[in-house]
Amino acid sequence: MNPFRKKTKQLTREQLRRRMLILLGLAGILCVFALVAPYLTPNDPNLPNAAYMNAAPCKEFPLGADRYGRCVLSRVMIGARTSIFSAVALVFLTFVAGSLLGMLSGWYGGVLDAVIMRVADIFLAFPQMVLAIAVAGVLGGSLLNAMIALGIAGWTIYARLARVHTMALKNEPFILAARMNGSSGLSILLRHILPNMIGPLLVNAVTQIGTTMIGIAGLSFLGLGVVPPNAEWGSMINEARAYVQLAPWSVFVPAVAVIITVMVFNYLGDAVRDYSDVSEAK
Amino acid sequence: MTKYIGRRLLSLIPILIGITFLTFLLMYIAPGDAAQKKLTAQGVAVTQEQIEHTREEMGLNDPFLVQYGKWFGNVLTGDLGTSYKDNMSVSSKLGPAFQRTLILACSSLVLALLVSIPTGIFSAVYQGGFWDHFFRLLSFIGNSLPNFLISILLMYFLCIKLHMFPVIATGSVQGLFLPTLALGIPLASRFVRQIRAEVLEEIGKDYVTGLSARGVRSSWILFRNVLRNAMSAILTIIGLSIGGLMGGSVVVETIFSWPGVGKLAMDSITARDYPVIQGFVLIMALVYVLINLLTDLCHHWLDPRVELE
Repeated sequence: MNPFRKKTKQLTREQLRRRMLILLGLAGILCVFALVAPYLTPNDPNLPNAAYMNAAPCKEFPLGADRYGRCVLSRVMIGARTSIFSAVALVFLTFVAGSLLGMLSGWYGGVLDAVIMRVADIFLAFPQMVLAIAVAGVLGGSLLNAMIALGIAGWTIYARLARVHTMALKNEPFILAARMNGSSGLSILLRHILPNMIGPLLVNAVTQIGTTMIGIAGLSFLGLGVVPPNAEWGSMINEARAYVQLAPWSVFVPAVAVIITVMVFNYLGDAVRDYSDVSEAK
Repeated sequence: MTKYIGRRLLSLIPILIGITFLTFLLMYIAPGDAAQKKLTAQGVAVTQEQIEHTREEMGLNDPFLVQYGKWFGNVLTGDLGTSYKDNMSVSSKLGPAFQRTLILACSSLVLALLVSIPTGIFSAVYQGGFWDHFFRLLSFIGNSLPNFLISILLMYFLCIKLHMFPVIATGSVQGLFLPTLALGIPLASRFVRQIRAEVLEEIGKDYVTGLSARGVRSSWILFRNVLRNAMSAILTIIGLSIGGLMGGSVVVETIFSWPGVGKLAMDSITARDYPVIQGFVLIMALVYVLINLLTDLCHHWLDPRVELE
């Protein structure tokens, strides 16, 4: 008998599915909240108020005010849109670009494959955040530049995955049949190969959202992403950190927002992966 | 093995050329004219003539590939150019800073391993128990905390509330503690999860059942067999974490004013001192590639069954 093997409860497929759906719901709520939040803010998020500089939470400012007397709650609320949607959009864009390149690479092979994969190798040879910091630093601080900086290496994971899947599917009988029917390469790729590999690629994309969020917030924190006075959680924390003794809320409120959001998306990534592992094994 | 090392080194050549090319391109995507930026960085009031002169001096009138060739030649001899700001050579600026970053990286790696190896093993052996759940929760939270948040939380609670540490590190031994924690905590969190998974897989194998059936004590199995077999996986985990550690060190060094390459890079970004940024990226990429190579070699050395690719 194995002395270490314990009878632990393994979650069933149904339980894993439910967990995934609950987290999808939570992530969905966060996204919807980010969309409608700008209309619900208690105060104008960009309006300074000298009378309330570093004010503690009170009736007018439920979560306090920052050093310019701006409402922290309102700023965190409108920051949600930037923080969440920039990460989701970036993951989506790198996912689409990477998958497309990987599919072309795997399908056509030859020179195209060699070129795309060597370029991917080179991007993978850089530590991602180091490259992102340098690129964003050279381009100058803006949300778009931060997204470019994180995206130029981000597509490589999807490209590699899509390439491997395409090569595996390429010689399957149903693909050969489609070929004999006279379908063009592109239409086979989009109509037959893509639907058969989108699952694992999507799982990978979902697991990247949390990391991407940390990346964008990190760049903004360094002043290389969203620049003040625009509200974004990372840049809010950076702006307020020198005043943390006087107004801890202006650091901790966005901090809690980052932590909760990243945790939800990270947990969603885990749940989606666990569920797909079980589904595949079945 | 020698053949393998040789092949790996050969395959590195195109990668290294690619790395230098991309690094060189960095300068090109920078908005504005390089000569003007150099003069502005030095705080000189510039005339058109001066710009022309500096352009000629810097070789900016040469075709792109010629410029790259010259730069590449210099890099091969260890000359990474001179800083715009103070005309010091980039390598003399990066050298001492790199040492400090290395110290910080090693101390956080050691901290992370000291915490995560026992915790990971414990969690795996007592899987499903209270402590396993507890550690998993902690590591999940640690994994979701960005470096900059941990740094600020540490600073707020340990420096400002409890007055245990100085706020600014400036390279002292005492100042090493907080940046080490800030880098080590997320690292340890990731390690705990991975080591737990690795050990869990290993202790479920048939040979463990076999040894146990022959009356070998379980602690003996754990420390003699299981851990040794899990070792190479742990090594891979460490290798994979280096990239994140490098990125994280930029953030952490900047916050705690630890005078390493990360802080140097951020200062250079603020000062628009592009040659230093270039040197930083190049060094980091080279170290990263080298560490990946070493990880693969160690992996093969520890577990010769691993197919050499």
